[in-house]
Amino acid sequence: MSLALLYGLAGIALVAMGLYAALAARHVLRRLLGLNVLGSGVFMMLVALASRTTGIATRPDPVPHAMVLTGIVVAVSATALGLALLRRMHAHDGSPRLPEDRDAGSP
Amino acid sequence: MSGDDVRGALSLLLIAAGMLFFLAGSVGVLRLPDLLSRLHALTKADNLGLGLVVLGLMLQADDAFEVLRLLLVWLLVLFASSVACYLVARSALRAHGDAPTAAPEGPDEDTRDGR
Amino acid sequence: MAAEVQVFDAVLVVLLLWLGWRALASADLFKAVVQFIVFGLLLSLAWVRLGAPDVALAEAAIGAGLAGALLLDTLARLGRSGAADEARPLGLTPARTGIALAALGLAALLVASALALPERWPGLAEPALQQLRASGVSNPVTATLLNYRAWDTLLEVGVLMLAVLGVWILEAEPALPRPAPDPMLGLLLRVLLPLTVIVAGYLLWVGAHAPGGAFQGAALLAAGGVLWHLARPLSLGPSPVVRAVVVLGFAVFLAVGVATAVLGGGLLTFPPEHAGAIILVIEAAAMLSIALIMVALFVGRERAPSDAGIPDSAADASAVPGAPNPGAAP
Repeated sequence: MSLALLYGLAGIALVAMGLYAALAARHVLRRLLGLNVLGSGVFMMLVALASRTTGIATRPDPVPHAMVLTGIVVAVSATALGLALLRRMHAHDGSPRLPEDRDAGSP
Repeated sequence: MSGDDVRGALSLLLIAAGMLFFLAGSVGVLRLPDLLSRLHALTKADNLGLGLVVLGLMLQADDAFEVLRLLLVWLLVLFASSVACYLVARSALRAHGDAPTAAPEGPDEDTRDGR
Repeated sequence: MAAEVQVFDAVLVVLLLWLGWRALASADLFKAVVQFIVFGLLLSLAWVRLGAPDVALAEAAIGAGLAGALLLDTLARLGRSGAADEARPLGLTPARTGIALAALGLAALLVASALALPERWPGLAEPALQQLRASGVSNPVTATLLNYRAWDTLLEVGVLMLAVLGVWILEAEPALPRPAPDPMLGLLLRVLLPLTVIVAGYLLWVGAHAPGGAFQGAALLAAGGVLWHLARPLSLGPSPVVRAVVVLGFAVFLAVGVATAVLGGGLLTFPPEHAGAIILVIEAAAMLSIALIMVALFVGRERAPSDAGIPDSAADASAVPGAPNPGAAP
């Protein structure tokens, strides 16, 4: 098993976990954590794919690295906006869940 | 045995000793009963452990500049972790009024938040 | 790097998957966030193993540092009731079976396509390295970000601007209780802030030929800014100066693009003989903007804690955070 395949498969597992949590969780903060893990999985797949050039070129493919670098910065700013919206919703409704996830008697 | 061999062996020995301190520190965090002694295990062991690892790596450095950078890394971690330890202990003291006897689950991980 | 799979990689991958899952499934959200922070730290080790030191630098400062600070800050603001969640937050219920099956199905498709890929693939490494001489820098990642695909990076800086606008549009929040002045916090700031600025400048400069660049420098600066805010709360609302710095990076980038379009080359096509200088100017402006945007995203718009009942003069008092203010308390 090559390094690219090992980390590539790990990235896929993270994508599946993150996707499940982002869709199945009810607390919005947990959904955001899910999106972040999903993003990390995608980044890991990209960087793993980039590492396959070893042997042909002297270094991994820089283009996916640049994309991931951009992605990390965008992901954290999107998370910050999401968290600000969550705090706003919580201040307004008193619940950290989206309206369709709220049931009587729970926060 | 040439000088390089001795240097390599010494470096390996120092790094292994450092790892031992990390292990002891981790065991301490997991097994010690209250927050203050856990912090004690964490910071003391980590600092000495990292110090030994850095010392070991210095022996393998190519030039003086690299040695200096390694030293700087150690000093920074030393500084940051002692301040972080102090802050965690202070907020624990504030939260409990007096010296805490039973640690709340897991807040000491907070100190790893830095860079 | 001649990368062979080692025991280290196997351990790292297992730890990453376990921490990733715990970060999602821990019933206690505080634990989940702490596990997410550790996950981010370990992820930067994975980037190093995969030969991506540029990404590792950004991940260590952003993924582990800033994102963790943002999440913990929100958790603190939600309070005890808002941070509570179900005992089994991701437990399989009939309604979630479909989601689980869909996630597994996607994973299966991805695994199938990953296995079908050739083990060696040149990708775009060769053309990227061949054009390096004309790009103005010798770090291929910086060349990709600011020359080959400068258009992407321009839009990214735009996205960051939109995010901070979004946060500013929202209502101001009550500020968290101010930390008690503490000599150790002051010491931490006095030592770390200048170092942060020096290292950020170093990363910006060194990015031309080694791992580093505007994003990594900005992430570090932002981490320093967040530390500052935590020790001595900053007021970073949409004042004219803050707005100007937020826009600076995008404006400089766009101006350079328009200039190159008007003077010949085409939009964001840099003449090779000046490319190095142009990239440095764009990066310097972008670094300042990105750093301030990330701190502003963290700070948001806060009402000063003393606002209630006290008219406008309270805003002035909050401009000198941490200053002793005897006699102000009613």
